[in-house]
Amino acid sequence: MIRRLMKTLVGAAILAAFAGSVAAQDSKVADELAKYREALADGNPADLFEVKGEGLWLEKRGPKNASLEQCDLGQGPGKLEGAYAALPKYFKDTNKVMDVESRLVHCMVTLQGFTQAEVTKQWYSKPGKDSDIEALVTFVGAKSNGMKINVPATHPEEAKMAKMGEYIFYRRSGPQDFSCSICHGQDGKRIRLQDLGNLTTKAGAGEAMRTWPSYRVSQGTVWTMQRRLIDCMRQARWPEPNYLADSIIALETYLQKTATGTVMETPGIKR
Amino acid sequence: MNFKFALFFGLTVGMAASAFADKAVEAPGGKYAKDAEQMFRTSFKAENPKYWMTRLEQDETMKACQQYRDNPPRKVGEKLEKLNAATIRYPVEGKLIGDWKEGEKLAAVGTGGHIGFIQPDPAGKLRGGNCYACHELAKKEIAYGTIGPSLRNFGKIRGNTEENIKYVYDKIYNSNSFTACTNMPRFGLHSWLTPEQITHIVAFLIDPESPVNKD
Ligand code: HEC
Ligand code: HEC
Repeated sequence: MIRRLMKTLVGAAILAAFAGSVAAQDSKVADELAKYREALADGNPADLFEVKGEGLWLEKRGPKNASLEQCDLGQGPGKLEGAYAALPKYFKDTNKVMDVESRLVHCMVTLQGFTQAEVTKQWYSKPGKDSDIEALVTFVGAKSNGMKINVPATHPEEAKMAKMGEYIFYRRSGPQDFSCSICHGQDGKRIRLQDLGNLTTKAGAGEAMRTWPSYRVSQGTVWTMQRRLIDCMRQARWPEPNYLADSIIALETYLQKTATGTVMETPGIKR
Repeated sequence: MNFKFALFFGLTVGMAASAFADKAVEAPGGKYAKDAEQMFRTSFKAENPKYWMTRLEQDETMKACQQYRDNPPRKVGEKLEKLNAATIRYPVEGKLIGDWKEGEKLAAVGTGGHIGFIQPDPAGKLRGGNCYACHELAKKEIAYGTIGPSLRNFGKIRGNTEENIKYVYDKIYNSNSFTACTNMPRFGLHSWLTPEQITHIVAFLIDPESPVNKD
């Protein structure tokens, strides 16, 4: 895992060197990299999430005193290899297109007997309050490393979700007239110093989606894709969506479909 | 010509697109546009106050821009530009160029207006133009984005004529008056900035003493 992180860091350094064509930018870039290195000094902090996630997967918990080992993330009960890469996906048992997070929550409710409210209360971590979901998603995500994102959206419900995601991607509203496309619809743009990929192309969506979940150095924790997209809606100055809302799953389906074929490498490490 | 109706109903979107688009591109969402709109609207936390939820309303411009993926056929674009130009309001005293020092501050402020329960801005937080998110302006600020063109030396290059001053005021007030479906927000239309604040930013772009036009 350290090797993987080193590769990401070298990539970041190269990218940063290109971005920093103005000499004065170098100091800011150096600051960012220093933070990355600091994060690296104690190992990739996200590795801890992976280990904790595995523990949560195996541990007998909840009113039913059961582990998650029988959880079906789309590849059959307990099959984790390539599961993340193939989500979101249509599930017959719930008659819904679900992403990794909604499916994990579903398993914690049905297999372990927790209530939905209990499980989602801490869907993202706050200082001093860890999130089981972040750990589980990191664990499950890493089980798809080296595999291609595979969301062709061939099931009619998946195809519909991908289309609805596309609709939301271009939907402009709010006091800044924003849509996802404003910030993520063109090649080679950046907002302030942050690079923004073109999420409407396979190359751009692939480069982004292959690295999620990601450890965010500035936040000191792993962000799931739900967290990422809910924060982008905040940046768009929109109201806050529900965790696990269909509109988020629709956007994920659209993005994963666009990124299909790209080899996964998680957890990423980001600013 | 019934664009207006076409703009409002997802179902007619496909027809309108093939009738008017230079190169027909399917409207986002295709036949699921209506379902998608309803799903999107019902995806928000019930605790969001009503006045936050109004931020999801789309005016005619937003709807048309979404429909054409921000690339409307010229005929539609012209119509939207007229519609937007008609919204521009001027400061009471009529002077369109203010104090570049105030403008410099406003151009740099990128916060304000974030809502939700996770990381909202505190009430009363100064809202700025956030121009650096998308534009290069003064030379000394190197953390600038590239969604919009560089505006360095804008006044020096384009001149400080009455005409140019009015152009910049109008552009900031309602960017869509000139370029329908531009990525640039409509700061005056949404009352994000007041007319007076806009005059200060105009000065920041145009005034020969402003750092935008020095060195
Ligand atoms: C105001 C600009 C803005 C808007 C609007 C916006 N985003 Fe983002 N988005 C960002 C920024 C900034 C980042 C973080 C980039 C970084 O840290 O380098 C980001 C990151 C992302 C990422 C991760 C990219 C990666 O390479 O890891 C995804 C995916 C994403 N956004 C999707 C969306 C979607 C979908 C929407 C619409 C709901 C949206 N964004 C709206 C600014 C925006
Ligand atoms: C979200 C990105 C974004 C933000 C924020 C933004 N702009 Fe723009 N701006 C653009 C884009 C894209 C264009 C080019 C297309 C057009 O003309 O609308 C543009 C064009 C302009 C132009 C016309 C340039 C010319 O050559 O005629 C001016 C002037 C301008 N912006 C000023 C500003 C000012 C001042 C601010 C801050 C109050 C600002 N912009 C904020 C994206 C942005």
